Amino acid sequence: MTDNELVWRIAGGSGDGIDSTSQNFAKALMRSGLSVFTHRHYPSRIRGGHTYVEVRAAADEVKSRGDGYNFLLALGDSFARNPQQEAYYGNEEVKPLSENLDELREGGIIVYDEGLLDASEIEDFEERAEENDWHVYPLDLRGMAREHGREVMRNTAGVGATAALLGMDTGPFEQLMEERMGGDILEQNVEILEMAYEQVAEMDHSHDLRIPEGEHDETQVLVSGSTSIAYGALDEGCRFIAGYPMTPWTDVFTIMSQNLPDVGGISEQVEDEIAAAALALGASHAGAKAMSGSSGGGFALMSEPLGLAEITETPVVLVESMRAGPSTGMPTKPEQGDLEHVLYTSQGDSNRVVFAPGDVREAYEQTRTAFQIAYDYQIPSIVVYDQKLSGELRNVPESFFDREPNPSLGATLTEEEIAEAAHHASGKFNRYTYDPENGVSPRSLPGQRDGRFLASGNEHNPQGHISEDPENRVFQMDRRMRKLESIRAELDDAEESNQTLHDPSGDAEYGILTWGSHQGTVEEAVDRLNEGGHSVKSMGVSDLMPYPKDEVTAFLESVDECLVVEMNATAQFRGLTQKELGRFGEKLSSLLKYNGNPFEPAEIVEGFEASINGGDLPGETTKYVPAAGD
Amino acid sequence: MSSSFSAIGEEREIDQNEFTPGIEPQATWCPGCGDFGVLKALKGAMAELGKNPDEVLLVTGIGCSGKLSSYFNSYGFHSIHGRSLPVARAAKLANPDLEVIAAGGDGDGYGIGGNHFMHTARENHDMVYIVFNNEIFGLTKGQTSPTSPKGHKSKTQPHGSAKDPVRPLSMSLSAGASYIARTAAVNPNQAKEIIKEAVEHDGFAHIDFLTQCPTWNKDARQYVPYTDIQQDDEFDFDVEDRRQAGEAMYEAESRLYEGEVLTGRFFKSDRPSYGQEKRATGEMPETPLAERYFDDSYEWERSYDLMERHR
Ligand SMILES: Cc1ncc(C[n+]2csc(CCOP(=O)(O)OP(=O)(O)O)c2C)c(N)n1
Ligand code: SF4
Repeated sequence: MTDNELVWRIAGGSGDGIDSTSQNFAKALMRSGLSVFTHRHYPSRIRGGHTYVEVRAAADEVKSRGDGYNFLLALGDSFARNPQQEAYYGNEEVKPLSENLDELREGGIIVYDEGLLDASEIEDFEERAEENDWHVYPLDLRGMAREHGREVMRNTAGVGATAALLGMDTGPFEQLMEERMGGDILEQNVEILEMAYEQVAEMDHSHDLRIPEGEHDETQVLVSGSTSIAYGALDEGCRFIAGYPMTPWTDVFTIMSQNLPDVGGISEQVEDEIAAAALALGASHAGAKAMSGSSGGGFALMSEPLGLAEITETPVVLVESMRAGPSTGMPTKPEQGDLEHVLYTSQGDSNRVVFAPGDVREAYEQTRTAFQIAYDYQIPSIVVYDQKLSGELRNVPESFFDREPNPSLGATLTEEEIAEAAHHASGKFNRYTYDPENGVSPRSLPGQRDGRFLASGNEHNPQGHISEDPENRVFQMDRRMRKLESIRAELDDAEESNQTLHDPSGDAEYGILTWGSHQGTVEEAVDRLNEGGHSVKSMGVSDLMPYPKDEVTAFLESVDECLVVEMNATAQFRGLTQKELGRFGEKLSSLLKYNGNPFEPAEIVEGFEASINGGDLPGETTKYVPAAGD
Repeated sequence: MSSSFSAIGEEREIDQNEFTPGIEPQATWCPGCGDFGVLKALKGAMAELGKNPDEVLLVTGIGCSGKLSSYFNSYGFHSIHGRSLPVARAAKLANPDLEVIAAGGDGDGYGIGGNHFMHTARENHDMVYIVFNNEIFGLTKGQTSPTSPKGHKSKTQPHGSAKDPVRPLSMSLSAGASYIARTAAVNPNQAKEIIKEAVEHDGFAHIDFLTQCPTWNKDARQYVPYTDIQQDDEFDFDVEDRRQAGEAMYEAESRLYEGEVLTGRFFKSDRPSYGQEKRATGEMPETPLAERYFDDSYEWERSYDLMERHR
């Protein structure tokens, strides 16, 4: 926990404008020079219910949601207050206040809309406030909003109050409003903002929380993991997407669909996920860079076309945005439970590439890599991430995204090259020749002269004709599998590794291994452990298939013990690591969490301490699984 | 004609033997199988239309019918059971200059791929879809299929099917196909003409192609002499009138199981194809997407250009 940081939580009902208000707030903080990170918690329903977003901001880079928060802005539940349906969701209007108190830090600020919420309904509220030194500001936000506009604009009043309490300027907020709205709505909101600001600024303030000061030296942009994946795809020349909505994959699908027509691309929402992935294959086969994707349940349907892509060697990128399973599980809650699903689903021996980016930057870079590998090696690439990374916003220097577009279709021949290539006596092009060293036998595209071949989901000979000849089978299998070795070699040789090592103390004694979206949270925990006198380093692994055996082996050999942190109940990544490396069973223990909420850094700190000291975990939300030797 | 796909739109005499894949493979269909009739009609039609084998993409499903792409010498994609349509329609979207044909069996198209059939017809993609209707699952050895008659006995339905068969023509009409015909392998000339018409049609052209399966379905009516509704005064109706076409289809579908085979073109409309509609909304580029990857002068947009909204 940084001393000088703001973790602002806005809570209310879904449909209360929580999301857009928090995005604007985060942007304003970013523009004022701070690093920001958002964490979004919402139930699987459209209106009502309890939802919150945290915006964490500090002068130094923030890599995770942090632990707890220090400023609560509690709005009402608009749905419960709907005049026609006063009691629709029972007594939920008090929740934005009561439900959020457990994680509020000592010395924190509470602003609540006294027009809608009543602190006296909460047992022991005053006692708790005193005990925790909370500074409570009941404000009639609804009333303020009504004075210059409409009740729903109470979120603007809340932002005005926040600014006044933290000693911020309203300028950046007004500017953001101007960018987003116009006319009467803009005028009303500006008036509400200023009025709330003035009213609250004049009040006596009992707290000493102030907005931290920060300064970026480059223009920053605020992006989510989904945005990064979509932009990675667009920059890489992807111009075809097919999909079917499913939370949280819908985010990527939506961003792509909104942008593709503008760049001359095609987006298709189709009848189901089998079709979606099959369309991506069809488009790729005809010569476009194509992608599809889904979340667990939809990805299950894609296992058929995924296998088809493997055997026909049709390049394609699929993204899998994990949420808690099995089956429909918890639609709006993150989990890393689909690891084995993406690695092994579909029939036969798996022959695919899987990347798990650790943050928004890696999401962009590895999506680009996924396309390059898919098209260079004619193999399906999967980008697996989760609901957490999908929705969290972080700031990145704008220049980070300024990459040259890559229109290359990889191992695809031009007509001139086809004319030179080997043809079978029947006139057909030898699409699937046995010999290439790296496993890749370049393809032709329909419409190219003299490039005819059959892409078959059945085992086939070099021209693509169905073949059950045992010798051909072994040649083709071996060649396809050989690609994985070549890809591993290419990734190992790359200038920058996809694995992210974090070793602040130099040559640390203990390790933490993680994958995917918890990389930043783990790094923050590692920093705190080192500050607390431990000697710890971490590695966030992104290459899941082919597995980075050398890098992980070196990491594990260099430490005495290693904790594997992941968000599932069966330690799937630890299992993968042991299977791939064939050893280290005695060195690896697991810290698991699968209650639908991402890890907080403090939980990892505690888990680590428990793992080396053998102590118990204080809470019940995480689970410790000792090493096999224990 | 594009420079990267120079086989497309080439005008020269095409011999139908160009569609035969030379020395291999030999068709593995049973002697007397109706599938030979489809292959022959398809080759004849494409040659007469002057289609270059290199500009044709034939996408098939799984089943005896799915093997069509092995025996037809064009670009091919032998996909998976029921999924030929989604593969085919995306290929057409990515490169609308290709001549895209999808084909599969009645189990493939009306059963496992039924959802795709409905939606491809609804969207009216510009392509031909040939369904080999032999009223049976051939490749998996004779199980009841969606077009098998009620009461049909098979190893998996030993008491006889309690289900009414699907009505493919009516299904297609209500789903939105803009060209619908039925033809039969025993009627090679009509079959060829219908395929030609379907290829030339701009929109989703569905051909329910009656094929006999002498191995598993000796009882089926497809052997019976057919009646060409276009040439029979009794069936005088307006093919562009949905209601009249629907009635004619209903009759044809009912009479099939009573032993009378009515074939011909049942419906044709000038409903714009999906590609046209999508271009009109600005959701699809005017020039083929696939060509862009070979075009050195094409200016690629970068996501960087979109960054303003995130600042
Ligand atoms: C997902 C899946 N389910 C089942 C099969 C097995 N299968 C192969 S062909 C076929 C039936 C084909 O029947 P039909 O489409 O009528 O074609 P026909 O063989 O009669 O030409 C089945 C069930 C398969 N290949 N894939
Ligand atoms: S089983 Fe039937 S459909 Fe299949 S090849 Fe033999 S005759 Fe034709």
